[in-house]
Order: sequence, then C-alpha cells, then structure tokens
Amino acid sequence: MAMKTSSAKFKERVDEGLHNDFMRLAVSSAQERLHGRRLTAVDELGSWEEWRSLGQEIRQHVLANLDFYLHQLAENVSKRGGHVFFAETAEEASGYIKDVIVGKKAKKIVKSKSMVTEEINLNASLEAIGLEVVETDLGEYILQVDDHDPPSHIVAPALHKNKEQIRDVFKEKLAYTQTEKPEELTAHVRGILRKDFLSADVGITGCNFAIAETGSIGLVTNEGNADLVTALPKTQITVMGMERLVPTFDEFEVLVSLLTRSAVGQRLTSYITALTGPRDEGDVDGPEEFHLVIVDNGRSSILGTEFQSVLQCIRCAACINVCPVYRQVGGHSYGSIYPGPIGAVLSPLLGGYDDFKELPYASTLCAACTDACPVKIPLHDLLRKHREVIVEKEKMAPFSEKMAMKAFGLGAASPMLYKFGSKMVPAAMSPFKTGDSISKGPGPLKTWTESREFPAPGKESFRDWFKNREKGGNPS
Amino acid sequence: MKVTLFATCLVDLFQSNVGKATVELLERLGCEIDFPESQICCGQPAYNSGYTKDSKEAMKKMINTFADAEYIVTPSGSCAAMFKEYPALFQGEDEWEKKAVSLANKTYELTQFIVDVLKVTDVGATFKGTATYHTSCHMTRLLKVKEAPGILLSHVKGLEMTPLPDAQNCCGFGGTFSVKMGDISGQMVEEKVCHIQDTGADFLIGGDAGCLMNIGGRIRRKGEPIQVLHIAEVLNSI
Repeated sequence: MAMKTSSAKFKERVDEGLHNDFMRLAVSSAQERLHGRRLTAVDELGSWEEWRSLGQEIRQHVLANLDFYLHQLAENVSKRGGHVFFAETAEEASGYIKDVIVGKKAKKIVKSKSMVTEEINLNASLEAIGLEVVETDLGEYILQVDDHDPPSHIVAPALHKNKEQIRDVFKEKLAYTQTEKPEELTAHVRGILRKDFLSADVGITGCNFAIAETGSIGLVTNEGNADLVTALPKTQITVMGMERLVPTFDEFEVLVSLLTRSAVGQRLTSYITALTGPRDEGDVDGPEEFHLVIVDNGRSSILGTEFQSVLQCIRCAACINVCPVYRQVGGHSYGSIYPGPIGAVLSPLLGGYDDFKELPYASTLCAACTDACPVKIPLHDLLRKHREVIVEKEKMAPFSEKMAMKAFGLGAASPMLYKFGSKMVPAAMSPFKTGDSISKGPGPLKTWTESREFPAPGKESFRDWFKNREKGGNPS
Repeated sequence: MKVTLFATCLVDLFQSNVGKATVELLERLGCEIDFPESQICCGQPAYNSGYTKDSKEAMKKMINTFADAEYIVTPSGSCAAMFKEYPALFQGEDEWEKKAVSLANKTYELTQFIVDVLKVTDVGATFKGTATYHTSCHMTRLLKVKEAPGILLSHVKGLEMTPLPDAQNCCGFGGTFSVKMGDISGQMVEEKVCHIQDTGADFLIGGDAGCLMNIGGRIRRKGEPIQVLHIAEVLNSI
C-alpha cells in the first residue's frame, strides 16, 4: 500500500466516514479508552512537561546532527556484520529488498508492523513477483485478510473495525467458526501464524528507534511477533525512516517511555527488543543475515524547512487519539496511511499537495494534538503553515475564498470600510432572517445552516452602543 | 484602573450584549473603560486560513490602535491568543516586532484579567440556575487560561455548576472550518450539544463568542430550551 489509500475525492471519503455509524462508534470509544489510559500513565510518571521537553530536546538534537548519527549507525551495523542500504526513494528501497529476497530464493516473508513499509508500498511489490507476505501484527493481519483494507490508525491499524466485523471477516476468509470474543479470535490467528513463523524464509520489521552508538534496532510490541520475525527466519530485513534513531540507549529509554505511555497508556509494552546485527557465534537464534534499509523518501527535503519539527515524530498516535475531527471522520477519510493531525501534516510533505491539499484544512486548530504530543511538535501550527503555503506559494486556494479574504483584509485594515461593511451586513442578511436568526444561509453560510442557526446581526452594534453611552444617550 | 477594551468583531457585530456586560462588569470592579473606535479584527480568520500577508495589515492596524493602552482586555480567549501570536509574526521587523511584543504583554482575556490582575475571585454576582461550562480550546490550550473562569463562576451566588463530559473536545467551530468543512463541523457540534443535554443544565456558559455562536446555533436548531450565555453576562448579573 502506498501512502495514498484511496482514489475517491476528499469530500466523498469524508461523506462515507460521516455516514459509517459502526466505524464512528468504534473510533470514539477507542479514543475515550486510550485518552483515559494515557492520562493515567502520564500522571503516574509525574513531571510530564519535563519529560516532554527532554523528548523534544533529544529529537531536535538528532535532527540537527542527523548526518553524524546516520553515519555512526551505519558504521556500527556494518561492524557487527550487517548490511546497510540508504534508499533515496520508495522504489529504491523496495528494489533493494526485492533483490535480497530473490537472491535468497525465498518464498515466504513474515512481517512485523511497520508504517514505512506501507509508505514504500513494499507488500504490493513483493506480491507482484509471486512472494507470499504475511503480516503478523494482529491488526495488520486482520486488514490483510480483509482484502488489504487500508490501515486507519498508525498504532491500531484496524481501529475502525469492531469485533463482530472481524469475526465476519474471519468466517469468510479463514473458515473461522467461533465467536467474536477477542481471545478466541486471537487464538485462531495465533495458530495460523505459528506455522508461518516457522516456515518463513525472510523476516521484515520496521524500527521504532535505532541506536547509533551500538548499531542496534529497537522494537516495541505487545504481541511479541517482532521477536519471532527476527528470531526464526534466516534473513532479517529492517526498514526504517531515516530520522528514527537515537544516539545511545539512554535516549532510547526516554523515548520508549514517552512512546508507550502516549500510544497505549502503558508504562512499558510487553516486549521491548533491541537487536544488534546477525546471529553471533554461540547465539541460539537470530538471523544469519541482517539488512538495514534506511529510507529517505522525501524526509531530507523537510530538513531545514519550517516543517522540520514534524520529523521529531515518534509515531505514538497520541495526536490521533485526541483529535476531534478524526473522531468524526475516521482514518480512511484522510486517504493516507498517515491519518489524523500527524498525517495531515506529514502526508502533503511526503506525498505532495496534489493528493493531500485538503488535509491541513481538516482541523479546527483546536491544538489538542499539540498538547498531546510527547515530543512537542507544534502540530496545529504546522497545519496552519501548510495553509499558508497552499495559499501564498502554491496558489491553490479557491478564487471565491481568495476574494473573500481580500475583502476581509481590506475591511479589517480600514475602519472606514469596516464601518460601511458592518452597516451593510445586517441589510444584506435581512432577506434570510427568521426572527433573530438565519436558518438557510446564502453562500458560504449554507453549510453552517445545514446543521445550525446563524445569528442575525444585531440592530445596534456594540460600538454604536458604546458611543451613544459616552454621549450620555440611553444605555440599554 | 484604566482598561482598554478589545471587543472583537464577533461581539461588535453579533453579540453586542457580551460587550455591554463586559463594560458594566469591569466598571463595577472599578475600572475605567476606553474603547478605541479604530479597532476592527485581530486578523485571525485570514491568518488561520493561510492568508498571512493579508492578515498582517489588519494586525498592524490593531497594534497602532492599542499602542497607548495600559491594559488591553477582551472577552475572548481566542482573540487574546491571537494578539499573543503577533510577536512571532513580526519577528525580524524591528519596529513592528517591538510594538507587537508590547501589545502581547499587556493583553488579557477577561477572566484572566479579573483573577490575575484585579486579584478578584468573587465579583459579587448572583445568578440562579444550573449551568455547565464549555472550555474553549484557544483559551485553555493556546492562552493557557484554565482556572480563572471556574474560579469566578464558583463564587456566583445561586449558580450550580455541573461538569460537561468530554469537555476537552472542540465544539467544531474553528472559524472558517465551520463553513469550509460544514458537515464535519456539524457532527462535532452535535456531539457537543448531546453532552450538554446530558448534563441536564439549563444554561451553557462559555468564554468565546465563536464557540457560543456555534453551540448556540445547534441548540436552537434542535429546539432545546438550554440558554447560551457568555461568562461576562453571568458575572454581570447582580
């Protein structure tokens, strides 16, 4: 799956989201659960603001010295017998991985969860040459079995489905005969996946954070599937976004703490694994061959721009879990594998404005995302900056909006014009009035009045009242 | 104490009663109110829509309008937060940056001013009824005014406050968002109004005219008997 998950127009996707009551209920209840758990985990840790500042500092330091740490990481991976490949594009990354797999004459690949492999469309390119690719994260597996349904969330990819829907998918695709109990659903998949782990030739993982000083790969899961992906197959390929690294294990510890608490409200996840290179002599398990693919795919062109802070992201999805817009429309409405506030900032940067120009507008700029971010990315401000680029640089804003804003600019900069305008507004609106409000508004007010009343401007403006009062007129 | 009122364009055009209540309340608390006529709008609608250059003209106008003020007080957390953004916007533009910093430093949202500057927690208001409070996003998250409204309301005689479930979620206003993405906005405000109904409160109180227009518009459309009030109106009831 590439970044873009749908060819439907933004408005059509949103309409579909808004009318999918099952999905909306699943999303809002997941949000509430995760929100509560996150707050508890954050309170329990204490000094949260200091932790956030530390997280931000670490991420900013790494980005400021990215060339140094990438070099150090590559050196240390090589020293431990691993292969490192820097991929500038998605195609280069997929191409390299394909070559490794074909070179091994491999047939079956098991994968643990990885957003960057979604981004580079890896599964499709491997399947296109006849390889069997099995996702082993339960959420990803559900989606894969359901005819490659796109993920709607970066941590809980199948968040949009409820357990009854999952049961039905399993019945249809996996000859499942039990109930919708999560334990039964999971046990069934576990039985299937065990065989896949044992028979796979290659294991592919993502990377939560690589540790530059030791050349290690840090993986965080609750299911332990990443451990099997990296322990059993003979060849391991790890794919990472080029910004996903830390200097040493000290910083790894801080970021993992922020990640697990922010993502799922856990002190730690069940498995936190650090792997260094291929199997050493005397090791009982681990791959014979290890490849690290470091993916740029547009990231380096974000460096040094006003959007650089988005690269601080540790993919915890806290912003998604508090977003009131995501809550209403769900992940698929964003049309990107990266939904929610982080997706609305990142998708246009990595995938371009042509496909994703509406996303920065899918926000009230309420700043819940900014507040929740454990590494202090000013997400709402980056969304606004995107709008500025769309209007002022890309010149993609609709003509009517440009004219309205020009008029606003003139009116707001000139008291004379404002006065004139404010006298005109009540007159212009009076044909639409019923009592003191407007039920069917003209022009841009139409969408507002589809669900609510719009107040008719008062007979007397505040400034007129104040003036009369100063003159000793009758204060009402 | 001399206070220069920044009424905001929404209050000026649509909610003059909020402006009146603000003036009367501050006067009762011993302030002398000045309202410079050349004030218009803080520029936020254009700025948040990406029209930064266009909005800066309006901002310069506001900077000059309030240049001589000692305290600028506004019955809106959102517009106060916009004033606080000015220094970042004029960064590097010597003269304007200095003026913007000065403007930002003397700007207060109404309840923040009463509690932090006037050091008053009981304004002597009486208001009979059960109410719930909508915490505006810009007031709480951008301006970081979280306690002041609650402190002031807790001292209003006869007023019983009941908590609003999911209070942290935005009401769906978002300025131009409410017309640009009207259908999403409509669903957001519907959820907010359902929560307000669930509290059983007779009144919804808030501190930002934009949110109140949005929530109030939905309440009216549904024909609910809940009355929507700006906090200035409640604090001005004696």
